[in-house]
Amino acid sequence: MVAISAWGRLGTADHHMQPLADRTRIKTEITGQRQGLAFGMGRSYGDVCLNPGGTLWDLRSLDRFIAFDEQTGCLRCESGTLLREIQRFGVTRGWMLPVVPGTQYVTVGGAIANDVHGKNHHRHGCFGDHVTQLTLARTSGEVITCRPGDTMFAATVGGLGLTGVIVEAELQLRRVPGPWLEVETHPFEDLQEFFTLADASEADWEHTVSWIDCLHPSGRGIFMRANPVAVNQPAPPPRADIRFPFVPPISLVNRLSLRPFNAMYYRLKKTQARQLQHYEQFFHPLDRIQDWNRLYGPRGFYQYQCVLPREVGAAGVQTLLKTISSAGMGSFLAVLKTFGQRDAVGMLSFARPGVTLALDFPNVGAPTLAVFERLDAIVMEAGGRLYPAKDARMSRALFEAGYPRLNEFLPLRDAGISSAMSRRLLGN
Amino acid sequence: MSKKRIVIIGASSAIAEHCARLWVSEAADFLLVGRDLSRVQRVADDLRVRSLQSAIETVQIDFLDADAISSLAQQAGQSPIDIVLIAHGDLPVQQSCEQDIHVAEAALQINGVSPALFAEAFSKQLAQQGRGTLALIGSVAGDRGRKANYVYGAGKGMVERYAQGLQHRFAYTGIKIVLIKPGPTATPMTAHLPSSGLAAVDQVARAIVKAIEAGKPVAYVPAKWQLIMLIVQHLPRWIFHKLNI
Repeated sequence: MVAISAWGRLGTADHHMQPLADRTRIKTEITGQRQGLAFGMGRSYGDVCLNPGGTLWDLRSLDRFIAFDEQTGCLRCESGTLLREIQRFGVTRGWMLPVVPGTQYVTVGGAIANDVHGKNHHRHGCFGDHVTQLTLARTSGEVITCRPGDTMFAATVGGLGLTGVIVEAELQLRRVPGPWLEVETHPFEDLQEFFTLADASEADWEHTVSWIDCLHPSGRGIFMRANPVAVNQPAPPPRADIRFPFVPPISLVNRLSLRPFNAMYYRLKKTQARQLQHYEQFFHPLDRIQDWNRLYGPRGFYQYQCVLPREVGAAGVQTLLKTISSAGMGSFLAVLKTFGQRDAVGMLSFARPGVTLALDFPNVGAPTLAVFERLDAIVMEAGGRLYPAKDARMSRALFEAGYPRLNEFLPLRDAGISSAMSRRLLGN
Repeated sequence: MSKKRIVIIGASSAIAEHCARLWVSEAADFLLVGRDLSRVQRVADDLRVRSLQSAIETVQIDFLDADAISSLAQQAGQSPIDIVLIAHGDLPVQQSCEQDIHVAEAALQINGVSPALFAEAFSKQLAQQGRGTLALIGSVAGDRGRKANYVYGAGKGMVERYAQGLQHRFAYTGIKIVLIKPGPTATPMTAHLPSSGLAAVDQVARAIVKAIEAGKPVAYVPAKWQLIMLIVQHLPRWIFHKLNI
């Protein structure tokens, strides 16, 4: 048994680790007695990647490229391949993933199972929108190849790993002029200004995202927008990552540190108007600090990410922020972003038209959970939903209300697969 | 610089595969040798995607068949070889070795005898060329016999003695013998161990490729293991025997 924790470090649980490194054998290797769950980098925050007391099928060594068509940008690879590998491989050939989340230390399988999104949702949707085929091994011994339009495809994209083990995927990459992005930074004083900036930018800017000061009652922040740009400048040599060296005895993000940090960050960013950034710097700034999740101390942290429909988004976000700032909680890692007008591929995909707010909370026990209860009520009232990849505690009622296609999904589950989250939210 | 020609024994081992990915990023020709052809072919496909300029051959042989090893080396040596990496191994469960002598036998064969025979066979080819680097993957487990894994350790210890002997034999020639001693590395072989103490396989591979490039006689990867093993090797018996390692 190996003790595994998810990215939020809320606790560890013992698992039987079973490596799946040979894609031809997976269909026989997962047909055991014990229920299992596919496991990649463990970068989801809560319990979607955990199966305490059960088996985790470790797919990190199933990371080979299978085929690449340099003309069409179609890449076939094994599901444990890291997005970072694809990006570094592709960028020198003029092809990159159309959608990347905030970290590139995730596997292709994890990106599909959580149908992750990036800063360009309004332009390119979610990760699953660019999967053209996937191979799924079921614990019944069956191997299914599915494509967009197939029921099993819609169940597996965003399916939280519960429909089978994704063995390989075919991805449509996108032409890029190089590794560079032209980035603009605009401070905003309140949410009204944020929405104006976001709406004005969506037509001409591929990437939009905002940092928001969660302690500021009006919701001030920094709006960033970026476009890929052709610059005849060599990519910088990859910088050595630094590692957060230890787990501090208490969270370094706390009531004392948060307010001055947010104020400082706002002032600092306010003065940077326009710059050229490498894609790793723009998309994945936190990847430079390995183990940054240790920052929150031994009790770990939660991330709360919700999406609210656009009609009620402005008022809803305002209420959420007020609740958070009056509780004096939250973290400087707070992100606000509008999603485009498109429905996701997956039955349980998180992204939907509207506005999403994501915020870290150091775990201080009952007071943290009490704030979440209040946030949940606002989300429920607004007809929004929470992101399972980040969640460790939402109620079944909120999950069911947020995911209306759940009943369509349930019969497509694989009976030999179970996770801590599925037991919590689906009963088994 | 011309393209390197690299022979990898145990090419589907995670460490070897990651070394190959680094080498292929500058284009190189490969002969990938494995016990299971389909697994080696999947590695080869991956390398072909990464580099269109690399020629990649795959071969399956019995790793315990001395004749097969010898003729493989002869065939491979028909064109010049720059690097031979002998990377295969199997981590047995120590308790199973103690319970079943055949498990112990198999572990000694595949971790000790087999790499030694490959080293012998390929050093003959390198001697004929008068140049080249032969790298063997040993292990920190080979530095001192410990109750937790002395069967594996004994096999890896044999690799070390063999490497030393070859280093002596080829001293002051154009042939370099490199002994790599990885610490515990995150690969499918160690999936049952807590990941906190394991080194990332791509970082281990990077250190190995560097050590081979430099022709280092002995390389601990990550480097911290050199200090750790220095201490472990020199602990007096009365202390060492009290440790549960």
